[in-house]
Amino acid sequence: MSVSSPPIHRPIKSGWWNSRTFRRFVRHRLAALGVVMVILLTLACVIGPYLLPYNDLYIDLRARFSPPLTGYHFLGTDPLGRDIAARLLMAGRISMLVGFAAMILSTMIGATIGVVAGYYGGRIGTVLMRFVDAVLSFPSIFLLLALAAFIKPSPIMITVIIAITSWMEVARIVEAEVRSLRERDFIMAARMLGLSNRWIMFRELLPNAMGPIIVAATLTVARAILLEAYVSFLGYGIQPPLPSWGNMLNGAQQYLQSAPWLAIIPGVAITLAVTSFNFIGDGLRDALDARSDLN
Amino acid sequence: MTRYLLNRLGQSLVLLVLVSMIGFAVLNLAPGGPLSQFALTPGMTQADLDRISAQMGLDRPLVVQYADWFWRLLRGDWGRSFRDSRPVLDVIGGHFAATLLLMGTATVISVTIGTWVGIKGATKRYSIFDYAATVGAMVALSIPTFWFGLVAIYIFSLKLGWLPAGNMYTIGNGSFLDYAIHLIMPAMVLALVDVAVWSRYMRTATLDVINQDFVRTARAKGMTPRRVLMKHVVGNALLPMITLAGLQVPTLLGGALVTETVFTWPGMGRLFLDSLGYQDYPVVMGLLMFSAILVLLSNLAADLLTAFVDPRIRLT
Repeated sequence: MSVSSPPIHRPIKSGWWNSRTFRRFVRHRLAALGVVMVILLTLACVIGPYLLPYNDLYIDLRARFSPPLTGYHFLGTDPLGRDIAARLLMAGRISMLVGFAAMILSTMIGATIGVVAGYYGGRIGTVLMRFVDAVLSFPSIFLLLALAAFIKPSPIMITVIIAITSWMEVARIVEAEVRSLRERDFIMAARMLGLSNRWIMFRELLPNAMGPIIVAATLTVARAILLEAYVSFLGYGIQPPLPSWGNMLNGAQQYLQSAPWLAIIPGVAITLAVTSFNFIGDGLRDALDARSDLN
Repeated sequence: MTRYLLNRLGQSLVLLVLVSMIGFAVLNLAPGGPLSQFALTPGMTQADLDRISAQMGLDRPLVVQYADWFWRLLRGDWGRSFRDSRPVLDVIGGHFAATLLLMGTATVISVTIGTWVGIKGATKRYSIFDYAATVGAMVALSIPTFWFGLVAIYIFSLKLGWLPAGNMYTIGNGSFLDYAIHLIMPAMVLALVDVAVWSRYMRTATLDVINQDFVRTARAKGMTPRRVLMKHVVGNALLPMITLAGLQVPTLLGGALVTETVFTWPGMGRLFLDSLGYQDYPVVMGLLMFSAILVLLSNLAADLLTAFVDPRIRLT
């Protein structure tokens, strides 16, 4: 973006809220808030279950449907009398683990396809990028559900399927980045040194595209957690008794009148986690992606 | 123009072939393949499976099977539903209108609100409104649609009792008002993510236009700011939004699937889930292909519309 000329409306009132310092401060605060929330969530999910009096699978039939903050169950219990706090934290382990693993896998797929398409260009590049377009033509939830229904669902398979439906963004970003890096002097030098194509792609080009990749990867974690929640909510993701944030919501709708906390609590956890990763991604974009403008 | 048109149509055809290949791969490469639903039937022997496989032509080379499948896809012969033996396209057609109504209403809502928020955010950059809109958009993009639907039902149906919790109309009523009352909540829920996307893109597009020379010229010749905004800025900023509308279709379709499930809306998304539950392969595959083709067509339509409205594209 060019240097901003005066906007067409009356001049913007200037004040502390639109000073450059405050703008950066807010952006960085949001990202910092995201980091803090992710750390807190991770710690809670890793350590929390050991501190709670109940196991996530323990069935307390006398305490079925206890509302939060009553009796011995801090966040209440589900229709089987299982402690929601315990389930929420165990579910967090699964959901965040699936999110991270899917991010790593999809970034690997996307980066590989992107770097090959961008480096070779020409016919190979066109075919690969058309393939990316084709996969993007499928609404990801449709593709995800169809695959999940055909394949026996296990946490690992769900992770793989989520990765298969979310690598395209990374591929596009890496392809564009590599295409512009390809003509630079250091790549010419690498070619003249006789380095292999593979070396140039993965040791020279990819590290130089790392900024945008990290940004995309962070946003992919958010996306993967959301996708896991969608499939599990619809009953094709993580299967009970293993809890995930999505499958805790599965079946919550029928108790919406009598036990609304069943639906509300896991949704808050998902929203918190996903918002945090989106905040971090946005902050990283400002910090790492030279092309982004501070609009 | 003709050249652009042919070029763009060619691109869509290539994509259609690639999309069909992916669809065919999903159908075949999943463990078990098209036969898996028979394999679960008790008393099924390997001989029976072989016989069914021969009957369905599954013993032919994959290339031949694909060619045959693609040809039938083009002719509109998409097989028959396992559930009620109706042709797949008829089954889908019966649910398409409901989804279209939901998606259309959601788009109208999100374009109206999103455009307004985007323009206002751009003209009053770094105002408190702008901050709130930016942060709000990011939070809106992070809320799971189905959960937002559940919360909306809890508040507006169960607590306040203002709106029905699901379905498309009351049995025995079916007046326009009745449809509208049932439509409003799912459409709003579906629109949430889109409002966020539209406002962010519209903000960027408006900022791009505001800084251009012709806007300064318009200002310099004494046009009122309001007229400059309405006549020169918004018109030009809306151009890239046509493409965006096309690009948003997959997201919208995915969101519709979830929204329809929560609100028991009788559209394609519900049909997809029901068919998954009944292991109704042909309908599942049909819907997968149908949604992908819908996405291709809407992207094509968006590009052609842009070319029609914007002479700069036509001439290059």
